[in-house]
Amino acid sequence: MLERGDARDYLDVVLAAPVTVPYVRYSIRNAHWFAAQALSRLLKASGLDKPDIDGLSVGSFTLAPDTAIGLTQHLGVTVRWLDHIPFGGACGIVALRRALRAVQAGDAEVVACIGADTNHVDSFRQSLGSFSVFARDAVFPYGSGGPNASFAFLTSYYMRTYGATREDFGKICVAQRDNALGYPHAMFKKKLTLEEYLSARLIADPIRLFDCVMPCAGAEGFLVMTRRRAQALGLPYALVRATCERHNAFPEDPIQTRGGWVLDREHLYAAAGVDPSDIDFVQTYDDYPVMSVIQIEDLGFCEKGAGPEFIRRHSFTTDGSFPINTSGGQLSVGQAGCAAGFLGLVESIRQLTGRNLARAVPEARLGLAVGFGMITYDRGLCSGAAVLGRKDA
Amino acid sequence: MIPPLLRPRRKNPILRTRLPLLPPWARSRAALGLTAAAAIGRFELQVCAACGSVQYPPREACQRCLSGSLRWREQPGLGELISTTTVHHSHDLFFRERVPWQLGMILLDAGPTVVAHLHGGCAPPPSRVRVGARLDKSGQGVLLAFPIDEVPNMADDRQLREMTCDPKFRKVLVTDGKTAVGQAVVRSIIAAGADLVWVGYAEPWKKLPGLAALEALPQTALLPLDLTDSQSVKQIAGEIGGRVDILINTAEVHRAHGIASRSGVEVARAEMDVNYFGLLRLAQEFGPAMRARGADGPSSATAWVNLLSIYALSNYPPHGTFSASKAAALSLSQCLRAEMRPGGVRVINVFPGPIDDEWNQLLPPPKLSPEALAKAVVKALQDGIEDVYPGDVAQEWLARWEESPKTLEREVSI
Repeated sequence: MLERGDARDYLDVVLAAPVTVPYVRYSIRNAHWFAAQALSRLLKASGLDKPDIDGLSVGSFTLAPDTAIGLTQHLGVTVRWLDHIPFGGACGIVALRRALRAVQAGDAEVVACIGADTNHVDSFRQSLGSFSVFARDAVFPYGSGGPNASFAFLTSYYMRTYGATREDFGKICVAQRDNALGYPHAMFKKKLTLEEYLSARLIADPIRLFDCVMPCAGAEGFLVMTRRRAQALGLPYALVRATCERHNAFPEDPIQTRGGWVLDREHLYAAAGVDPSDIDFVQTYDDYPVMSVIQIEDLGFCEKGAGPEFIRRHSFTTDGSFPINTSGGQLSVGQAGCAAGFLGLVESIRQLTGRNLARAVPEARLGLAVGFGMITYDRGLCSGAAVLGRKDA
Repeated sequence: MIPPLLRPRRKNPILRTRLPLLPPWARSRAALGLTAAAAIGRFELQVCAACGSVQYPPREACQRCLSGSLRWREQPGLGELISTTTVHHSHDLFFRERVPWQLGMILLDAGPTVVAHLHGGCAPPPSRVRVGARLDKSGQGVLLAFPIDEVPNMADDRQLREMTCDPKFRKVLVTDGKTAVGQAVVRSIIAAGADLVWVGYAEPWKKLPGLAALEALPQTALLPLDLTDSQSVKQIAGEIGGRVDILINTAEVHRAHGIASRSGVEVARAEMDVNYFGLLRLAQEFGPAMRARGADGPSSATAWVNLLSIYALSNYPPHGTFSASKAAALSLSQCLRAEMRPGGVRVINVFPGPIDDEWNQLLPPPKLSPEALAKAVVKALQDGIEDVYPGDVAQEWLARWEESPKTLEREVSI
């Protein structure tokens, strides 16, 4: 049996054809429509035909009553490998990990990984009460603030414990908005000032409006295939240096101040053969700014609790000292359900293949994409990360 | 600091009455254990029968040892408030009308972290608090964090008052003021701050002691009300039905004996006519208006109290027909509870053992004094409890019944 550190590398499989189905605040279309558009764009970007896609991985919350299997008939695809990953903010990383191994093992040649969700006018509210059994029993009856109230607890606790200020979180949000101004698919197209951030409408103290993502409809996707196939197709591609995934880490913590990355970062960087200081940009899972800070700490860029000082020391725009969420992140692009779990990966592939839609991070060779999600009760259960590299990195 | 509740201003009859809404009420079956305990005033969590670890949120198996045997056990509720938030924006209509709304995250000494409604008297985190369970407006159990020590105006907390049926500044109908119990309830409810108490009395030609003294109280108004007469109930409901915030049905007919020791059905019919049909008549005439006023300001319609009997749980043969009439009333009250739920109006059932009155003359003590019963009614309203078993006999019967209804049946079939 392999030791964990000896897990096979990913160097013979690659990521290609990053696509985005432009986001809209509300849509009268179903998730199936967004998945179809994503697949269509994947085919167009890769020059492949539908029969060439023999693996499909779908992340979605709003396909119900369908799952990925219903989608195969809906989209008219015949595949020999199929996966459904409704893990929200972690579904991109989880899809990536499974698809990479499937292609390596020869179970599929080309896997289309798609995160797609719709957002009808009332669907977000309706989804709150049915998100999880624990949420329905032990969170939803308490003010129905949804994830806002849950993250308000974490944010408030983090601020009190580690001395973070609203200005610290604001600096991240403002920088991400600057990044979003260079990305055509961002829902927010206006500059955000720190004053606007600080004085925005209170949602769940200390969380205000611009700490929250905007639920919307949209899709993201990419293809996983062998390096040889990508080269034959003449496709630009990115390499996967290492990945990690962890669920329900630290259940004994009374309140979340860390995620599963703490358990896995050592192996992640060892397997990737890099140090955190080698990373050129980070796509955090920024459903709330406090989570970006926690990920920066847990993934080894600074000590636990040093996040506030780290923020004050760094700049986060694409040309800054620590570029994060280079297309704007969910806070500025919008949160299209499970597509949000793909946003950082898709943006990373673009940055590392020189096919930028957003402003390029200069000389970017290595990127880190982070997944986090599923706050089924009081904390986010899933955490994952992937170190991606330029093909010559 | 909790500001004292001020006497609500007179209602402007031109303004639209706010319609009742409920907080989210869907629960898994496992979670209803919290409701079942809160309904009788207890805070219970699931405890693993195998390893003893305390679980929350409610679940199907022990998160530590995977045992499928989880028992609901009473909890002290002490813990540390580790974080708070005030919700200013909610997607839910009920809370949307009631924001800002305070919530707390509490690490219980027993182990789990809980999310709870936060009483305004709690100190900012980190601080010690006591978590308790209450029924919310939807009738489902929720957790509420209280300060460890009593603070001034504790009961007036805006969020807590959404979960209780406090009589303060409310208008109350006591359906029968001629009995010792009825009179004790009137006095207790006035002492608890009720604004106005309508006191019903049937058969006005019978002069009974105490009624004149009640009438002399500034908060009372006597009304002829005969629960056996549909017209009488309809007429009184027409006069005051739109203003009753709390209805306390104290009317009952109680005669001893079972089946063989009495011939004919006349006595049993009289018992049923008041104890069962009386409740039905009241429910038909007063229920709809009260249900519509469930969110009518700080002194909205809030509770319906039935004086049942512990014999409603299991027949007590020496008082056999009376037991049957109370069992019928219990069943009907469950229907009423379901029908009042959309209005957020709580149906409270009181199950006393023998009351120290003339109809229980032959029963040995301990017997429940009318005053003690009245106190239990007021406390149930203040705590928002749904089922009350006041007194030692009722508690003992309840314990026996909870353990084994069949055993209790044999034990009392003397």
